[in-house]
Amino acid sequence: MKVKLTDIAGVIRSKNAGPYELTLDIIFKEQEWYRKIKNSSAINRPLISRIYNIPAGDILDIIEFDPAGAIKITVKRPLISGDIGETDVYGAQQHAPLLGLELEIDEL
Amino acid sequence: MEEIRVLSPTAILGYGFPEESFRAGLERRPDVIAVDAGSTDPGPYYLGAGVSFTDRTAVYRDLSHMLKAGRDLSIPVIIGSAGGSGAEPHLQWNLDIILEIAQKEGLSFRLAVIHGEIGHKTVLQAFDAGEISELPPGAPLSKDDIINSAHIVGQMGVEPFINALEKGADVILAGRSYDPAIFAAVPIMRGFDPGLALHMGKILECAAIAAVPGSGSDCMMGYLGKDHFLLEPLNPARKCTVTSVAAHTLYEKSNPYLLPGPGSIIDLTAARFEQYNENMVKVSGSRLSPSPFYSIKLEGARAIGYRTFSIAGARDPVFIEKVDEIVRGVEARVRDNFREIPVEKYRLLFHVYGKNGVMGPLEPEKRISSHELGIVIEAVAETQELANTVCSFARSTMLHYGYPGRISTAGNLAFLYSPSDLKAGPVFRFSVYHLIRVADPCALFPVEIMEIGEGRG
Repeated sequence: MKVKLTDIAGVIRSKNAGPYELTLDIIFKEQEWYRKIKNSSAINRPLISRIYNIPAGDILDIIEFDPAGAIKITVKRPLISGDIGETDVYGAQQHAPLLGLELEIDEL
Repeated sequence: MEEIRVLSPTAILGYGFPEESFRAGLERRPDVIAVDAGSTDPGPYYLGAGVSFTDRTAVYRDLSHMLKAGRDLSIPVIIGSAGGSGAEPHLQWNLDIILEIAQKEGLSFRLAVIHGEIGHKTVLQAFDAGEISELPPGAPLSKDDIINSAHIVGQMGVEPFINALEKGADVILAGRSYDPAIFAAVPIMRGFDPGLALHMGKILECAAIAAVPGSGSDCMMGYLGKDHFLLEPLNPARKCTVTSVAAHTLYEKSNPYLLPGPGSIIDLTAARFEQYNENMVKVSGSRLSPSPFYSIKLEGARAIGYRTFSIAGARDPVFIEKVDEIVRGVEARVRDNFREIPVEKYRLLFHVYGKNGVMGPLEPEKRISSHELGIVIEAVAETQELANTVCSFARSTMLHYGYPGRISTAGNLAFLYSPSDLKAGPVFRFSVYHLIRVADPCALFPVEIMEIGEGRG
């Protein structure tokens, strides 16, 4: 089945994790949705690489965090926070590509 | 002691808190009031330029409440990452505020000032001795970056705070600090579990951000027991829920299970989050595992030039359609006009809001669907004069640039201000974000004791 990420996640956000890294959090509305997405590995490196147009090597980690029912993606910033040409010092507005996601998951 | 209570009034000193929440915290008889005053989030400028990103009047207001309450209850008040970045000018700025409050309010106390700025010589010696390592994806450190950093600070752990408390400090003003240490020092000194104390500190450093609705300007209380801790928001409009607290653990961290700090790693793989009552959450199972070496995180910023920028809007559909071509044309005109100035002496940038001003290279949407654009023309150069020249010339060129199909021949841009060009002064970049290995956790952080006020004791 297909589901829209915005229908099943209550929080989708981005922020710096130190000046070199950008971290994206997806916190699901219900543990059941979290479990389904986790089990189907619907959020994966090729997907993030494609929607952010970054090499897979710049995706530093994708971590599933059970206590919060959340998936965390950390990527290397294209430019260090506050460097010349950098456009989001706090990294707080880099989540938008996740908002349009439709995920294919197995019905479990 | 079975329990210790830590009051966190606000996420950043100067972000404020409602007096009612603070009073509710004091009624619960805290053992310490602690506050984080800093962050690297606002970018490299504040560390490099030696100025605070928080406002003096706002910091004075928050500290005034905290210092008075600390004296009334005879409990320590601890401020970490003074002045936002925690280097020497930030520390002195915050010290000046404390002295002014003490004088105005007639307060007497023993003040410990813990310095957090690390001298170039110390860093260079450590560099030569191979005691500095990079934090991937950051690059290795260079001597050039050390020498040219305006300020370098180190994030101190709990040990310098405990050192100051053992010297009888009533108030501690510390330079750059590892955020959780500011809150965990008193509990650890009094024998509480360091893993739980630091995890509680990690949450308390953001005060009520871990509640729902979250807020960076409201109070939170932490109750640390033998094998767990409790979190209570002090405004009845907020609740801590398992999700809000667990979700906060994700915040600004790359790996929520392992949080490395000075000398140890907070390990949350076995952490349990439970709803304790309607508005409180109980956390247990957080552990501390020692690091192989005791390392301090260094932060430094260096000056890289001067900035001038101009803000303009465009509403013409033909201009909007051709904006990429126009930007390239203006750039070429600037380069050509100042061809005797070497290109490495300046940078010229166009930030096009409505296109990719927010996400730059990460923007997946290539189409412009807006009826208007915001354009920031930015020049960064070796001198303010050159930045002014480049920005001014780019601005006038873009205003009158004749692109194919142009109908609005009187001018292409709507300027927001007169003057249209704004001098933003020196520009800094993060030059140091590395680990330094130390034998003694206190060695880099000297403590200075000052007796404030009269008739103390």
